[in-house]
Order: sequence, then C-alpha cells, then structure tokens
Amino acid sequence: MNPDPSSAPGGKTNTAALAVEHLSKSFGERVAFRDVSFEVGYGEVFGFLGPNGAGKTTTVRTLGTLIGPTSGSATVAGVPLTPENGVEIRRRIAIMPELPGLYLRLTVTENLECFAGLYESPDPRERIDAALGAVNLADRAGDPCGALSKGLRQRVALARALLGDPQVLFLDEPTSGLDPVAARDVHELIDELRQRGVTIFLTTHRLEEAERLCDRVAILNTTLRMIGRPDDLRDQLFAKTITARTLKPLPDPDGVFGGVAGVDGWHADGSGGYAIAVSDSTVAAPAITRALVDAGADVLSIGESRHSLEDVYLELIDEDAELQTGPG
Amino acid sequence: MSATRVRAIVLKELREYRRNGSIVATMAILPLIFLIEPLIQIFSLPAASAGTLLHKAPLLYMLGIPTLLPAALAAYSVVSERQQGTLEPVLTTPIRREEFLLGKALAVLAPGLALSYLVFGAAIASIALFAQSAVASAVLRAPELVAQLVFTPLLAGLSIWVGVAISARSNDTRVAQQLSVLGSLPAVVVTALIAFGVIRPTLGLALGLGAGLLFVDVQGWRFVSPMFDRERLITGTKS
Ligand SMILES: Nc1ncnc2c1ncn2[C@@H]1O[C@H](COP(=O)(O)OP(=O)(O)OP(=O)(O)O)[C@@H](O)[C@H]1O
Ligand SMILES: [Mg+2]
Repeated sequence: MNPDPSSAPGGKTNTAALAVEHLSKSFGERVAFRDVSFEVGYGEVFGFLGPNGAGKTTTVRTLGTLIGPTSGSATVAGVPLTPENGVEIRRRIAIMPELPGLYLRLTVTENLECFAGLYESPDPRERIDAALGAVNLADRAGDPCGALSKGLRQRVALARALLGDPQVLFLDEPTSGLDPVAARDVHELIDELRQRGVTIFLTTHRLEEAERLCDRVAILNTTLRMIGRPDDLRDQLFAKTITARTLKPLPDPDGVFGGVAGVDGWHADGSGGYAIAVSDSTVAAPAITRALVDAGADVLSIGESRHSLEDVYLELIDEDAELQTGPG
Repeated sequence: MSATRVRAIVLKELREYRRNGSIVATMAILPLIFLIEPLIQIFSLPAASAGTLLHKAPLLYMLGIPTLLPAALAAYSVVSERQQGTLEPVLTTPIRREEFLLGKALAVLAPGLALSYLVFGAAIASIALFAQSAVASAVLRAPELVAQLVFTPLLAGLSIWVGVAISARSNDTRVAQQLSVLGSLPAVVVTALIAFGVIRPTLGLALGLGAGLLFVDVQGWRFVSPMFDRERLITGTKS
C-alpha cells in the first residue's frame, strides 16, 4: 500500500528514506542539535542514541515537520523538508512521540478512530483491529485511556502510529516504561515492520535493544558523534580483546604473551584472567592457546571478549564529558 | 481541505464534551442564567405595563447564550489539547491547521446552536403559555423572533473565532476562558444596549450588524489560522 518512494514531488528519484544534511536546530541561545548529517535507506532500522538532552526528540520533531530547522536541509520519505511539503511528508510518515498524548476521556478505540480519520484511512475498522492486534490490546479496546497503565498507554500510542501505514516510522523511546514481555513484543513488532519494508527511526536509551534491532546506529550528543553498524562502531573504538583464564596466576605473563605474534599488549583483568589486546583474533587466539599450554598453564577458558554497544556509547559520552569539563 | 479529517476532529470533540463534567456544567448553567432573568422580568410585569416593552426587546438578552457559551467552549479548544499533550500527536498526522481549526469551530457551533435554540424555544413556549396575554403579545413579535433566529448563529460564529484565536495563543486554559469572555464583550454590550432600550433595534441596524457579523464569520478562519503556530504550540517558543 506504500506509495512508490521514487514518485517524490520534484521528480528526483530518492533512494534514501531519510537524507539529512548539516541540519541544526536552536531554541534561542540553546542549541538542541548542530550540523547533523546522515542517511537512512528504505527498509532500514536506524537507531538514534544519545544522553538526555542530546537532541533526539528535537530531531524527530524537526524531521516530522512539527518544528522548523534553524539551518540545513533534509529529505523525508523522498520529499524535501520545506514548510510547503508538511502535509505531503506527514502523509508518508508516522511518529510515536515521547509522551503518548492520548485523549484520556475517550476509549482506546475512540482514540484510534479519531486518528484513522486524520490519516483518511480507507478501511478504518480493519486498520484499527490490525493495529490493536499488533500491540496486543484487543481486549482493552473499550477501556477509557485514562484507566490504562503507563505501559498500556504507550502501546496505544504505538498502535496509533501504525494506522496510517507509514513508509517511515519514527519511534521516540517506544519501550520506555514497558515490562520485559511488552518490550519484547515491541521488538518483535519492529522486526515484523522491517520485514514489511517499513523504515524505522528508533530513539532509545536501551542499548541492548538498539544493538539487537538496528541495522545501523547513530550516537548523538548535540553533534553526531558516530554512525555505523554496531559491529563497526565497536571495532573503530576498541581493540579486539582475548580473555584467557588460568587455574593459577602465570609466573611470567610477559614472557608468555610477549612472544606471541599478533598480540599488542595485555593486562590482568582483576578477576584472575588476562585481557590480551590483539589485532586479529583468528590468528592470535590459537597462538595464545599454544603459548599458554607450552608454558604449562592450566587453561580454564579462552575466548574473544566482545565490547557491547553500551561500551561504545559510554566511551564516547565520557569523552564528551571530559572535553566539556576540560583537562585538569 | 479534507472533510474526513474535519469530521474526525468534530466527532472526537463531541465525544470529549460529553465526558467532561465542567463542560457539561457550563452548557447547563450558562443558558439557565440567561433564561431566568428575562422570564422573571416578563412574568412579573402587569398587563398594563406591556407597552413599555415595545422598544426594549427583552428576549434579545437571551442572545447572551450563543455569545458566551461558544466563547467559553472555543477558548478551551486548542489550549486544553496543548496542556494535555494531545496536540503533538494530532499535528504529526497530515492534518492542516485550517482543518483542525474548522473542526474545533464546528464542534463548538453545533452544541452552541442547539442549546441556544432549545432554550429560546422553551422561553417562547412558557411566555405564550403562562405570561399575561397582553405582555406575551408585546414580547412575541415576529421581527424580533426572526432577528433572534438569525443573530444566534451569527453571534456564535464571532464568539467562536475570537475564542479559538485566544485559545491558540494562550498558555493556560483558565486565562484563555477569562479572556474569551472579554472577547465577546462587544456583542454582549450591543445586545444589552438594545435590551435596555438605549439603542433602538431598527431594521437598518439589524441588517448592518448582520452583514458585518456574516463577513467576520465567513472570513474568520483567515484571521485565526495564522495565529496557530505549530512550533510555538509544541515547544512553547516562536518559530
Ligand atoms: N521547547 C524547547 N525550548 C527550549 N529548549 C528546548 C526545547 N525543547 C528542547 N530543548 C532543548 O534542546 C535540547 C535537546 O532536547 P531533546 O528533547 O531533543 O533531547 P532528547 O535527546 O530527546 O533527550 P531525552 O533523552 O531526555 O528525551 C535540550 O537541551 C533541551 O533542553
Ligand atoms: Mg527525548
């Protein structure tokens, strides 16, 4: 049902669902985000991470035509971001805002009916049923939204964002406040939408969620700090590490690891193991194993330790904090 | 303009009114206030004084209902959504501000007119049935009744646009409601001047006022929609 993305007004064929160039937004003196550039392909799940106040929500609002950028340009769902194109862009996207913003006096169904009308849905009944089913809320359809818990309201807001059959779906912290099962359901829903070719722009503070769901992530802290596949970010920021654990401490670790090809350095990891920095783990891991055996060590375990996206994130944001406080 | 989107807003508004105690109370109490005062005046009048009513058109006082009730409801329209945080999701849909404002205005107009005519009808019926017959025939005169019927929607339209404009620029529901009463003051003053016999309600005056009001009603959204600034409404700062 999605309109052909290449049929954007202006005649240009746009291959990116989102193309953002040097976009900035300030509120008076306060810079919300500055000089942000990135592209998101159709069908991609794109994670947008960053600390509180980094500018994530403001970016979503700007791309969603709710507020105007201070400078820079962008194309959203193939349509240039200009004041005149607001309606055309909003026809192709949906936003689940940070706060659900439901009509609390109306029932779940009544809320969705209103929005099905606003999206001019041709078959509102079916759409509403499908959206309710997608967030597992069919049994609460008749409840007033004011009587729902925080997490249930969050799910109504998600259902509402599905009504318009968007090409690009912005989700601003969709799982904040959800219980683990509900969060998993949302993750499954995102996977399902990805399979249907929906582009998803996901802001979240749950880094394991971003790691699991997103094809690529960007880390924003007023400016864009890093962008790429979670694996690549890890590799860019951290040396690969092999962790070896032995029954007893090695009498001469320098002698053991120093002679192994591909080992860049090592340190005791404080819990009876050794963290060995290597350039290529497929070469270094077998060599380290042999060196340990040759040295007569009783090896308990050896393996590549993977930095998580959380490590990447904390490393970057800590760097920023240090820069801000200044050295010394 | 999309009729579907306007209808979605109207339907949503009417559903919300029904479940909002303070709005239901406003709809009930305001008309009563404006119904009781003229009826007391008329019922307490002896038949001999019926002549004094001739130029005072006491029923015009009841035009306060289509003036003040829509103003109060309209003042609530935009700012209340903003305070409840429901405006942002609505504005993420393809809706145009004109569609939103028209939906809001129609949702106020419908109950405003219905209540005005209902109360007016009740007043006429009770005067016809229970007032001294000389008084009744002095009060119930065709030109005035026609004026009443015609001016009800015209005045309601003005009040609605003033109320919606105030609502779109206010940060607080209560302030908006108080200001909207001021906004409908000119209409109240003219009505009162006629009701108290200061201005004589001539056909010329009626036609002039009617034409002016009709112009404002039809063109109103042109004045009001520029006041609806998405960015300010969502972030609290001007774009
Ligand atoms: N309406 C506004 N007026 C003034 N400053 C604002 C406004 N909205 C946001 N800001 C500022 O812009 C910056 C970015 O805010 P934004 O809400 O985009 O952050 P965020 O990344 O979404 O944070 P969070 O993770 O807490 O949701 C913050 O410094 C914030 O104070
Ligand atoms: Mg945010």
